[in-house]
Amino acid sequence: MIPNKWLTVKLPFHIMPFLSLMLVLLITLSFSGLAQAASPSEAKVAGFASTAYWDAISKGESGRTQSQANEAGQLINVQGEEWRHWRNQWITPAGAYALGGTLAVLLIFYLLVGQNKLDSARTGNTIERWKRFDRAMHWTVATLFIILAISGLSLLYGKFFLRDALGASLWGNYATLCKLAHNYLGPLFVLGLLLMIVKWMKHNVFNRTDLTWFLQGGGMVGKAHPSAGYMNGGEKAWFWVLTLVGIVVCASGLVMDFPNFGQYRETMQLANLIHGGASLLLIAASFGHIYIGTAGTEGALEGMKTGYVDETWAKQHHDQWYDEVKKSDR
Amino acid sequence: MARMKFLCDSKRCIECNGCVTACKNENEVEWGIQRRRVVTINDGDPGETSISVACMHCSDAPCMAVCPTDVFYQTEDGIVLHNKDGCIGCGYCLFACPFGAPQFPSDAAFGERGKMDKCTFCAGGPEEDNSPEEKAKYGSNRIAEGKLPLCAEMCSTKALLAGDASEVSDIFRERVIYRGHNDGAWAQNQAEPQPEADLAYDVTQPKV
Ligand code: HEM
Ligand code: SF4
Ligand code: SF4
Repeated sequence: MIPNKWLTVKLPFHIMPFLSLMLVLLITLSFSGLAQAASPSEAKVAGFASTAYWDAISKGESGRTQSQANEAGQLINVQGEEWRHWRNQWITPAGAYALGGTLAVLLIFYLLVGQNKLDSARTGNTIERWKRFDRAMHWTVATLFIILAISGLSLLYGKFFLRDALGASLWGNYATLCKLAHNYLGPLFVLGLLLMIVKWMKHNVFNRTDLTWFLQGGGMVGKAHPSAGYMNGGEKAWFWVLTLVGIVVCASGLVMDFPNFGQYRETMQLANLIHGGASLLLIAASFGHIYIGTAGTEGALEGMKTGYVDETWAKQHHDQWYDEVKKSDR
Repeated sequence: MARMKFLCDSKRCIECNGCVTACKNENEVEWGIQRRRVVTINDGDPGETSISVACMHCSDAPCMAVCPTDVFYQTEDGIVLHNKDGCIGCGYCLFACPFGAPQFPSDAAFGERGKMDKCTFCAGGPEEDNSPEEKAKYGSNRIAEGKLPLCAEMCSTKALLAGDASEVSDIFRERVIYRGHNDGAWAQNQAEPQPEADLAYDVTQPKV
């Protein structure tokens, strides 16, 4: 008699004294006063709410109903309160700390260490690093990512301050815009990301050079410049974080974006928690990527902007790649 | 101050769906949406039990806590209402609601659900009481006229009760005690069948 749950995924947590308590209070109202009543009916009343029937429906038992709505036969959505707890009590604050913390660390790093400058003067000679197609792809995916991040974060945090700042009616329009942007651009981002993964995977296979690169901390502090090929260890790490976490974000996003398959609430709850957690992680990581690509490293942005980098930059950051290019030039 | 609640006495509910029809008609609810539903457990088997359920107007409402746009508000009578203008149709309220109360006119691709609709305790919405706008978006506002929700008013067996929590519980408590009703609203005790303690309210039983 327990409902057929083939479409659902069980959340990994269980037992909700909290919900039971709330429901007992809400539906049955409080009969506490009767506990003291010394009447023959006392025992009968005490038997209330603790029967097999109550037990079954509070565990999510389904019955028959005329309503055509999805899962209408289920009287109590057992996991809802738990989803609320995880989203509101964990994902929401943890995400805020993760994003704020990452920004703070980057700021402190910038203030203490400053920009990674070019060691010697520019040669004026440039080499091609990114083709037009690569650059178009990068900036398309990046733009979509930023729109998705801003709209997603607005859905998660907007109500805490934007509603008051904008006023209820403007906030309503803004939130609608965010949701539309998120739900329609999301699938585009999925396509862009997949293309990027396929196109750039070959640059991002880890090798021995990357191990040394990591052991030397990527040369972020001090004067050392560990060797690197076309991509260095850090860039490869970002590629794989974006690939793996990005796929999780995309998959969970698609589950939420297409309710037309009649997903159960439990599936949606789980997708939301995975999507929220993973996307916050990705946004925090992207802060690091954006910092290193702009303020953090002199000359890095040029490559993705114009497609060409100065030889000095190439030698300093990607010596093995520079040597290869020079060799093939000859 | 009143604290509005619904209560459904499962010993009395006969699954006639009168409440469902009354609600649909009174509020002229959109096609495809049913604010109230009757669920029958063990349908056709011994111990068959029906409950009418809609939004229960939770005190610490989960829908309110998860809504990304914060469109919910609670009236001073504890009725949970929402402003459809700000609703983006994300479905979060439905994911969180213990009773599956929030409903959507659609479930199309790209999360196009339309604006959420749910039981208003016949108390309308944020628009001016009983204005055409309020009527169109939320249905009737009987509370503003000093009346209770129509579903409960129409219930043929008076299984569904609506009103101030303490009044509702008084009525129900009285039923439980004086009807000799063994398990209250929520059960039929299989172990201890009491055929005489059925729908009838035994008025001859002295009130001690
Ligand atoms: C990497 C980019 C992305 C980021 C940073 C991101 C971030 C977020 C965040 C923070 C939320 C709010 C979670 C909450 O309120 O609990 C959210 C919701 C959502 N995301 Fe994403 N997301 C991204 C990509 C995607 C993709 C690719 C899709 C779909 C294909 C998608 C679909 C959704 C959906 C459907 C929701 C629920 C919101 C609604 O329907 O109104 N997201 N996202
Ligand atoms: S919609 Fe659901 S969660 Fe919100 S008040 Fe009604 S019953 Fe409670
Ligand atoms: S569907 Fe509307 S009312 Fe429900 S949580 Fe989303 S925005 Fe709020």
